[in-house]
Amino acid sequence: MPQRTVTVASRIGLHARPAAVFVNKAKELPVPVTLARDGGAPVNAKSLLAIMTLDVRGGERVTLAAAEGEGAAAAVDELADLLETDLDG
Amino acid sequence: MAEVAAAETAETEPTEAGPTETGPTETGPTEAGSPRAQSPQAQFEGVGVGTAAVAGPVARMGQPPPEPPDVPAADDAGDERAKAFAALAAVAADLRARGAAAGGPTADVLEAQAMMAEDPELEDGVRARTDAGKTAARAIHETFAEYHDLFSGLGDYMAGRVADLADLAARAVAVASGVPMPGLPHRTEPYVLVAADLAPADTALLDPHLVLALVTAEGGPTSHTAILARALGIPAVVGAAGVLALTDDTTVLVDAAAGTVIGHPSTEAMEAAVTRSCAAAAASARTGPGRTSDGTAVKLLANIGGAADVPSALAADAEGVGLFRTEFLYLDSEAPPTFEAQVKAYKDVFDAFPAGARVVVRTLDAGADKPLPFVPLGEEPNPALGVRGLRAFRAFDGRNEAVLRTQLLAIREAAGTSAPEIWVMAPMVDEITEAEWFCDLAAGCGLDVAGGRVGIMVETPASALTAGAILGGRTGFASIGTNDLTQYTMAADRMLGAVGRLQDPWHPAVLKLIGAAGAAGEATGKPIGVCGEAAADPLLACVLVGLGARSLSMAPSAIAEVRAALAARTVAECMAMAARASGAATAREARRAAAAG
Repeated sequence: MPQRTVTVASRIGLHARPAAVFVNKAKELPVPVTLARDGGAPVNAKSLLAIMTLDVRGGERVTLAAAEGEGAAAAVDELADLLETDLDG
Repeated sequence: MAEVAAAETAETEPTEAGPTETGPTETGPTEAGSPRAQSPQAQFEGVGVGTAAVAGPVARMGQPPPEPPDVPAADDAGDERAKAFAALAAVAADLRARGAAAGGPTADVLEAQAMMAEDPELEDGVRARTDAGKTAARAIHETFAEYHDLFSGLGDYMAGRVADLADLAARAVAVASGVPMPGLPHRTEPYVLVAADLAPADTALLDPHLVLALVTAEGGPTSHTAILARALGIPAVVGAAGVLALTDDTTVLVDAAAGTVIGHPSTEAMEAAVTRSCAAAAASARTGPGRTSDGTAVKLLANIGGAADVPSALAADAEGVGLFRTEFLYLDSEAPPTFEAQVKAYKDVFDAFPAGARVVVRTLDAGADKPLPFVPLGEEPNPALGVRGLRAFRAFDGRNEAVLRTQLLAIREAAGTSAPEIWVMAPMVDEITEAEWFCDLAAGCGLDVAGGRVGIMVETPASALTAGAILGGRTGFASIGTNDLTQYTMAADRMLGAVGRLQDPWHPAVLKLIGAAGAAGEATGKPIGVCGEAAADPLLACVLVGLGARSLSMAPSAIAEVRAALAARTVAECMAMAARASGAATAREARRAAAAG
């Protein structure tokens, strides 16, 4: 199962606009994707409500995982790159 | 109303204050208009947004529908599910239409709201409940309530989103129940809008020409009401507990600078507040010099890396440049740029700014992590702690000094015919010996050391803690680089993601060091500024001013928001925020403590 752990670059974390940008990107991907905080339970990355309940802050480590399937590794990479970009702007 | 007459005689007495505790503990739709008796000149205290004071008649927000009863659905489960999904889709479509009409940041906020209304997990919850025989309205209500509880458990930071959810639920339940969505009062004359809290969908529809001010019983400085009030330029008082007792058409005085709402104000009170408000109008403008609400100047400057960044700095009405990075001239070249090439590059930037502006040039910040062929530094196991910044020109018996000397001469030449004040600062200074060495070199190159235009960056705990000694010498000013200061305070490499969580300028240890530098500036009468990422965070910017910073330099895109944040607070309030944040144990707690005012 492809997965990657990255640091969230947006200062305010996965709230407001950065969370919406992330979820919109996740929705475009062809496979189920989850996001988890360090040691926490994974949640549906395509659900803005679920992402917001994670309460991820800027600078925190999060783990992305995709179900096996075509495009899974690329999906994880694409979302990881997004998380490592400051989306506050 | 009979009590108006009594107001005139009670004027000099202390007014009855509403409950002053803040913090949105009440999260559900609040019962408005409870028949609590209003005393003359009843005063309510909250958090002001903006600086204006206005008076006008109260109009309260339309009420959300009552909680739908938990009774078995009369219709088939499939029909109820379809009805619930249609209601959620209608709410999302309505939000997007409002967003499209409003544009700008409002559209982004409403898009996020629409996404929540059609969230896949939310739909799963609604489907499970309609499948279990609940009505569409009840299924929507219960599913939102579940997220409402989850968000409420996450603390202050999510308080604004809790209000969003309650609003979404009320809208969707109203549609599913066949009643109109709750919302703004229908008025044709100007009014003061009073509500428990406002959701983005409400504020998006506000007509700034019709709505004189926003007053909410709940919410804090990070609520949508506060954010959008700033964006629309409408004064607001948020978190003013008790204001729901005000009845429609009561005259109120809303004083954003004081954070108060006064019912049945006296004529004198209204005149005094409005006069003061006009004087402060410049401070609340979308452009203009940075000022706190009590008029203390805080220069708002731009961080730039060359002439290409100048247009955005000018568009943001920056008062100059607080950090002109000059590395662009040096990178990717085999030889140092010539004196002539540098003069031209500096003049291109300097000439874009008018007289009265300030441009602070940082001299070349080379280091073993950014190797330049003409500044040989050798291999290092730990470049962040190695020969970098000013050290590069002092180390190795000064073999690289000529590169810095040429740069200083070029800055001097370009400054000679330019309108703005040109200041120069050296990066990576630890102590007074280095600072004095730089002053010597700069004076030798014709720069204005005596006039206070040659300074240093404070990027290490050492220079922050000995800033008093450094500024006691010839160094004219200090600019705090919070990114490096955080890295060196936390012993956490900026380039290393694994310790990225520690790279937070809100950390109280970092704030205390900034405070030490700020105190040194005050003691020596020399200006202290901040030019790191920290200055771009509106809340942290206020804390920095509270710690003594009198100029803030940031990405041009952040200037408007920081200007608005400063205009909403007095220096005393900034100092109180700084004291609370500095006294916290962690970065996260410091942010919460600062916001909790």
